[in-house]
Amino acid sequence: MSEWRGIWVFVEQDDGELERASLEILTRAGELGGKFNEEVYGVLLGHELSGIAEEASRYGADKLIIVDHPELRHFNSDAYTEVLSYLINKYRPRYMLLPATRNSRDIAGRLAVRFRTCLSAHVISVDIDEKDRRLVTAVPGFGGNIVATVVCTGGKPEMATVSPGTYEARAGSKRAVLISETVPEELIKKRRIELVGKERTQMIDLSRAERVVVAGLGTGGDLELINEFAKLINASVGVTRPLADMGLVPRDYQVGTTGVSLRAKLAFVFGASGAPHFVYGIRDCGTVVAVNTDREAPIFEHCDYCIVADLFEILRALIKELRGG
Amino acid sequence: MALGNIIVTMKVTPKPEEIRFDPVKKVVDRSKATNEINPADKNALEMALQIKERYGGRVVIVSMGPQFWDQFILMGIAMGADDAVLISDRALGGSDAFVTSKVLAAAIKKIGNYSLIITGEESSDGSTGQVPPGIAEWLGIPVVTYVSQFLEVGEDYIVVKRTIKGGSETVRVKLPAVLSVELGCNNPRFPDFERLNWAKTEFKLTVWGIKDLGLTEDEVGFKGSLTSVTELRELRPRERLRQFIEGSPEEIARELIRRLGLK
Ligand SMILES: Cc1cc2nc3c(=O)[nH]c(=O)nc-3n(C[C@H](O)[C@H](O)[C@H](O)COP(=O)(O)OP(=O)(O)OC[C@H]3O[C@@H](n4cnc5c(N)ncnc54)[C@H](O)[C@@H]3O)c2cc1C
Repeated sequence: MSEWRGIWVFVEQDDGELERASLEILTRAGELGGKFNEEVYGVLLGHELSGIAEEASRYGADKLIIVDHPELRHFNSDAYTEVLSYLINKYRPRYMLLPATRNSRDIAGRLAVRFRTCLSAHVISVDIDEKDRRLVTAVPGFGGNIVATVVCTGGKPEMATVSPGTYEARAGSKRAVLISETVPEELIKKRRIELVGKERTQMIDLSRAERVVVAGLGTGGDLELINEFAKLINASVGVTRPLADMGLVPRDYQVGTTGVSLRAKLAFVFGASGAPHFVYGIRDCGTVVAVNTDREAPIFEHCDYCIVADLFEILRALIKELRGG
Repeated sequence: MALGNIIVTMKVTPKPEEIRFDPVKKVVDRSKATNEINPADKNALEMALQIKERYGGRVVIVSMGPQFWDQFILMGIAMGADDAVLISDRALGGSDAFVTSKVLAAAIKKIGNYSLIITGEESSDGSTGQVPPGIAEWLGIPVVTYVSQFLEVGEDYIVVKRTIKGGSETVRVKLPAVLSVELGCNNPRFPDFERLNWAKTEFKLTVWGIKDLGLTEDEVGFKGSLTSVTELRELRPRERLRQFIEGSPEEIARELIRRLGLK
């Protein structure tokens, strides 16, 4: 058997939609590959992939392995795990990086056990040790407050899921060589999960919005003034977890560890207490303004302008003022 | 149709806002933090109880942790679970997600006759989310993660809704299967007072060590783990101005608009 070589990046797609976080990781893998003399592979499973393959081939990979099959058009944790296992056994990559999305975290967890290998979860940095070439990652825990440096002590491929937004995706002039793979039919056919239906709407990507207005539970779920104000200042609207739990908005608009991390230049936070899981999502924002009736709310330790007041009164005043007084 | 065991995995976690970090010793101090049932695991238990109410089966809690967790497990019993197993062993200290999923899967195998294993999407402390797919892999069964709702249970399948980017998908999965449920997807019921009394006086919690699961010390804890933590540090909160702006709402609004250059 050949030795374990190369860095793999799982290029996630679902129904023809490319997961951008995969391109961010490809870019990072390209840097690591250059530094440590490891070949970088992207691995793409799906159906009718030419557009996505073309896009993914420009982000630093040397090679792009493509498995095109109608049954792989939609993400399927069962079938995807089988196909990836087959490919890993065939190519034996030393490292494997996946985006820390819902879908990829699912297959990463399965693959780690199947290959009896290490897996660092939703890391915020990924590196290779100069001396022993082990994968070294930074893993946030306890609501994001404490970060552990985690190294792999056993198994191959050494795996990590990387948080979306951790690295910048940069397209270069180099194009990856495309490799078309076919896999045994029964791997795809023996799946036990059947897709019955899918409901999706086109989402704005909150993590890239320049201005965001966040509504917390203090709004009681009444987003009318929030939306009006956001529109006036050309901002996107985000929410804290309880509002997403209530089903007021899709999960994609939730800010925090189990939602989106913002990178906005300006963020308003109305009626959120400032729990660690939430604050983690606004730490990379430029200026943060918070409005809360409770002077002791922890959110005031994490913002630039603190306003102790009823959020609806402040919103009304802001709207009036912006409309010309 | 009757379902077999519906197994719910449960962890006890410290409240994150009460965790302190000792910058000198570089260790996490949980001693002053209040412990609670991991929030998402309560949603898992609630979903299990609702499935049992509609389709039968027996709800069994499985947990891996120190003995003092028994008081939290009894709360789960008081909420309506039928039985519970705590895997407690000094050798388990330092177990990573790989080992945790192995130990839980071994316990689930030993309990046997399972139709569903329901877990929270992730724990509020470690938050890897990789234990549920790990359990599925050890048991050789499918997993559906980020489940927000169950729609239908049949002879050998369950239909569930799961959250995906931009919406949701509905999938039908063969039983037995692992489901990881989304935090906050339902409202966990309160413990029943009379049942709590019963749990405290008559219910007998099963406690297993690793030997009961046929595992050796080398396979668990730090030794069995495939990842190792070499350093801990605090993610320093970003320095913020923290300036209070006071006045009437109109004055505050004008001041904000001026400082932020919104107009
Ligand atoms: C594993 C895990 C993951 C989590 N992930 C996330 C996450 O990603 N994102 C997230 O947000 N949460 C997350 N949470 C939940 C988090 O711990 C908090 O429960 C949540 O952030 C609280 O939301 P909130 O601040 O909107 O509500 P609350 O904590 O209820 O705060 C509401 C605030 O509004 C103020 N208020 C009330 N009325 C008014 C008014 N009229 N005007 C002004 N202020 C008012 C109150 O003083 C209060 O401070 C997670 C929890 C766990 C366990």
